[in-house]
Amino acid sequence: MRIKYCILCVCLVLMPAVAANVVASPEIHSWNTQHGAKVLLVENKMLPMVDVRIVFDAAGSRDGEMPGLAMLTNGLLAEGAAGKDAQQLAENFESVGAQFDNGSLRDMAYVGVRTLTDEQYMNMAINTLADVLVRPDFPRDAFERELARMKVALEARKQSPSDIAEEAFFKAVYGEHPYALPAGGTDESLEIITLQDIQAFYHEYYVASNAIIAIVGAVDRKTAEGMVETLFAGLPAGNKPDPLAPVPDLAQAETVKINFPSKQSHIYVGQTGMKRKDKDFFKLYVANHPFGGSGFASRLVETIREDHGLAYSVSSYFSPMRENGPFMMSLQTRADQTDEALSLLQSELDKYVAKGPDKDELEASISNITGSFPLSLDSNSKLLGLLAMIGFYDLPEDYLETYIDNIRNVDRSDIKQVLKNRIDVDNMVTVIIGNGG
Amino acid sequence: MRIYITLVALATLVIGLTLFVFMTGDELDDNNAETGIQSMVLKNGMKVIVQENRRAPVLVTQVWYKVGGSYEHDGITGISHVLEHMMFKGTPDTPAGEFSEIIAAHGGRENAFTSKDYTAYFQRISNDHLALCLNLEADRMRNLLLGEDEFLKEIEVIKEERRLRTDDKPTSLTYERFNAVAFVNNPYRKPIIGWMEDLDTMKIDDLREWYQTWYAPNNATLVVVGDVRAEQVFSLAKEYFGPLKPAEIPQLKPRREVEQYGIKRVQVKVPARVPFLVMGYKVPVLNTSENKDDIYALELLSGLLDGGNSSRFSKNLVRGSQVATSVSAGYSIYALHDSLFTISAIPSNGISMEDMETAIINQIKAIQDELPTADELARVKAQVVASSVFEQDSSFYQAMKIGIMETVGLGWQTKDEYVDRVNAVTAEQVQHVARKYFNEDHLTVAELVPQSIDVQLSAGDSADPGETHAH
Repeated sequence: MRIKYCILCVCLVLMPAVAANVVASPEIHSWNTQHGAKVLLVENKMLPMVDVRIVFDAAGSRDGEMPGLAMLTNGLLAEGAAGKDAQQLAENFESVGAQFDNGSLRDMAYVGVRTLTDEQYMNMAINTLADVLVRPDFPRDAFERELARMKVALEARKQSPSDIAEEAFFKAVYGEHPYALPAGGTDESLEIITLQDIQAFYHEYYVASNAIIAIVGAVDRKTAEGMVETLFAGLPAGNKPDPLAPVPDLAQAETVKINFPSKQSHIYVGQTGMKRKDKDFFKLYVANHPFGGSGFASRLVETIREDHGLAYSVSSYFSPMRENGPFMMSLQTRADQTDEALSLLQSELDKYVAKGPDKDELEASISNITGSFPLSLDSNSKLLGLLAMIGFYDLPEDYLETYIDNIRNVDRSDIKQVLKNRIDVDNMVTVIIGNGG
Repeated sequence: MRIYITLVALATLVIGLTLFVFMTGDELDDNNAETGIQSMVLKNGMKVIVQENRRAPVLVTQVWYKVGGSYEHDGITGISHVLEHMMFKGTPDTPAGEFSEIIAAHGGRENAFTSKDYTAYFQRISNDHLALCLNLEADRMRNLLLGEDEFLKEIEVIKEERRLRTDDKPTSLTYERFNAVAFVNNPYRKPIIGWMEDLDTMKIDDLREWYQTWYAPNNATLVVVGDVRAEQVFSLAKEYFGPLKPAEIPQLKPRREVEQYGIKRVQVKVPARVPFLVMGYKVPVLNTSENKDDIYALELLSGLLDGGNSSRFSKNLVRGSQVATSVSAGYSIYALHDSLFTISAIPSNGISMEDMETAIINQIKAIQDELPTADELARVKAQVVASSVFEQDSSFYQAMKIGIMETVGLGWQTKDEYVDRVNAVTAEQVQHVARKYFNEDHLTVAELVPQSIDVQLSAGDSADPGETHAH
C-alpha cells in the first residue's frame, strides 16, 4: 500500500515538478575558424581534463565504389604521421596518459583525444593529435597491415548472425544508395583499395571546411582557440563535399531469408526512417518510444518478452542520419519460434500504426524522455557526443535548451499523423537469419 | 591457508560489525574528505556508502548483494542471474513490471547485473527521486513474490539470453569452456548465466530458497553517487531499509583451487570463421593474497603488455612480427577468489595458432629474462594517474568501483590506495611476478577451431537470390 500511495502522489506532482525544475543545459560557445571549421565548446572546470573530437563528413557514405575506404583511411591516421611511426605516436599520447580516439561510421568519421589539462601534458596530446590529423604519412607497411586486419574483421562479421542480418537489412533497404554498403568493406572492395585511394580520400575529405570540432572540459575560450589553431595549422580549407543523395522510399516489401547454423533466428524488420534534421524528428522519436524505444516500458518488450517469453532483447528504433536513416525492429528467438515471434512483431506494429499510443502510454513516455534529459548531460563524454552531433548535423544552437519543450509539444494527433505518413506497414524489409530462415 | 585465513578474518569482521551495530545503533562508519565518500552501517547490518558529486543534478543508486555465480553449486548454476531477472517480477505492493514503469515515468533508467561475485540493481535518475528508488529497492529486498507463472515465462527469456550471448557466439563459448577447464574446484569454473540443463531443470522453489538465503540487509550494500547530501541518503536509508530484518547469512566454503600439475588444453570446434586463442595463468587477487605488492605488480604488468597502443603486445605482436590481429591481457584485482591472468588473441591470416602462442609466450619470457625499461613503466603509470581523473567523469563507474570493492570484502577505502600502490611498483617487482606466476604448469589454453559455416540464402518472397548473399 505504501508504494501505491507513493506512485500516485508522485505522478500527480510530476508534471508541475518537472516544469518548475528547469533543466539547466550547458552553455555552448560556438565559432567558426578562418578556414570555415565550426567549433563548439562547453567549459566544465570540475575535473582537470578535456575531451576534443574533430568530426568529418568522411565516413562510409563517402566510400563510393570502395566500401571500407573511409574506415581504413581513418584507421591509418595514427599509424604514421610527421615522420613518426605508430609506436612513437602512441608513446607520445600515452606518456602523458592521453587517450587517442578515432572511428568511422556511415556519416561521421572522427579523431580525438582525452587528456589532462596540465599544460605540459595537454600540449603533448594536442600536438600529437595535430600530427595525426594534418600530417599523416600513410606508410605502406601500415597500409598493408591494417588492410589485412580489416579482412580479419570482415571474416569475424561473417560468423555473427546479427552482423550478417544487419548487413542484409541495409542492403535491402538502401539498394543503390551509399548507406547500403557496409562501412567495414566487402570481400571485393578490400581487394582493390590502394594506398593512392587512401591518400586521395584523405586529401579530399579531411579538410577544414568539412570539419566540426567539439571540445568539453576545463579549458576557456582562449585556450580552446589556441588548441584549434594548433590542430588546424596546415590543414587546407578545401571544400565541403556535395550533399548525399536523398534516400528513395522502398518500392515494395521484401523478405530475405538466410540459412545459418545458429540456435536462434535473428529477425530484422524495417524500412527507411528519418533524417537527423527531419521536420518530424521529435514526433517520430516520441512515437517510437512507447512502442519499442523505452526498454521495459515498451509494448514490444511487454508482449514479446514479458508475456510470451520469446526473446531476451526486442526493440524498435529510428536511427536518424544525414539522409533518412533506418526504422528498424529486431529480436532474436529460438529457431522453432521464428514464425510466432515474427507474426507478433508484425501485428504489434500494425496495431500501433493504426491506433497510436493510448493517453497514459504517451504521458509516461514524455515524462520519461523529459525527466531523463539531465542524465544525457551529466558527463563530459556525453556532452562531447552531443556537441559533435549538433555541429555535424547543423542542428539549431538552442537544440538543448528547446529539447524538453519540443518533446512536450508532441501530442497524440501528431503521432497518429506521422505514423500514418511515415510508416508504411505494407512496405517492410524483413530479414531472417538462422535455421528457421 | 592464506585464503582460508582471509575468509575467516572477513567473516569475523562482518559478524563483529553486526554485533557491534546491534548494540550501539546506527553508526557512522568512515569518511574521506578528499573523495567526498561517507559511509554508515544500519542497525540491521546494511552498509550505506555515499559519494557526493555536484557535477549534474542527477544521481545513481546501486544496491549490491553478496551473491553471484561463484556462490552457486553444481546443478543450480545461473540461479543468481535468474533471481536478478525475477527481482523485476513484483511484490505484493508493486506488481510485476511496475518497478520499471515507475522508474521510467520519473525519468529514470534502471537495470541490474549479475557477476561472479555480486548481483547489483541500479537506477540513474534526477536527484529529487532518491526516496522513490530506495522505497522500491527496500520493498523487493524482502518481499519478492516469486510467482511460478512469472518464473516459467522468465526462464525462457533467460535461455534466449544464453543462446544470444553464449551459444551463438563462438568467442563467448570458447571463454566458457576455457574457464570450465582452467579450474577444478574454484567456483569460477561455472558460467554466470548457468549451464542450459540447469536452467531447464530449475524450479521456483530453488529460487525461493536462494532469495531467502542471500537477500537480506546484512548481505547488501547501498551505494549512492551524485548530487545528494550524505545525511539525506543516510536518513532515507534508515527510513526504508532500517525496518528490514537481517538474516543469518551462510559462510561460504573456501573452495581454493587445487594445485595444477601441468598445462591444460581445450579445443572448441564450432561453426566460425576466425580462430581465437585464450590463455590463462593462475594468479591471486587482492582478496586472496597477503602480498599486495605482487597483486599491484601483476596489475602493472597487465598495463605493460596491453595498456594502450604503445604497449608490448601492440608493438611487438600486432605491428612488429604481425603474428596477431589483436592481443589483449585481462586481469581484475578485485575478485573474491583466486583468478586468472588471461591473454586472448586472434592470429593474423596465415599464422598458425601454434606460432602465435609461441610468440605470446616469448613476450612473457622477455619480461622474465630482462627488466622492463623505465620509460615503459613510466608510461603505464602516467596512464594510471590520468585514468584516475578520467574515470571521475562517470558517476556510474565511481559507484561500481565502490560497490565491487565493498562486496568482495576489501572495503571501498581500497580504491584510494590504487594509484599510489601501482606507482610504487618497480621493474624488479614486475619481473618477479612474471617469474613467479607465469609458469607453464599453471597455464590453460583454449582454442577456437572454426568449422565451416554453410551460409545459404534459402527462400525470399521477392528477394533476388543473385543479389542477396550473406557474404
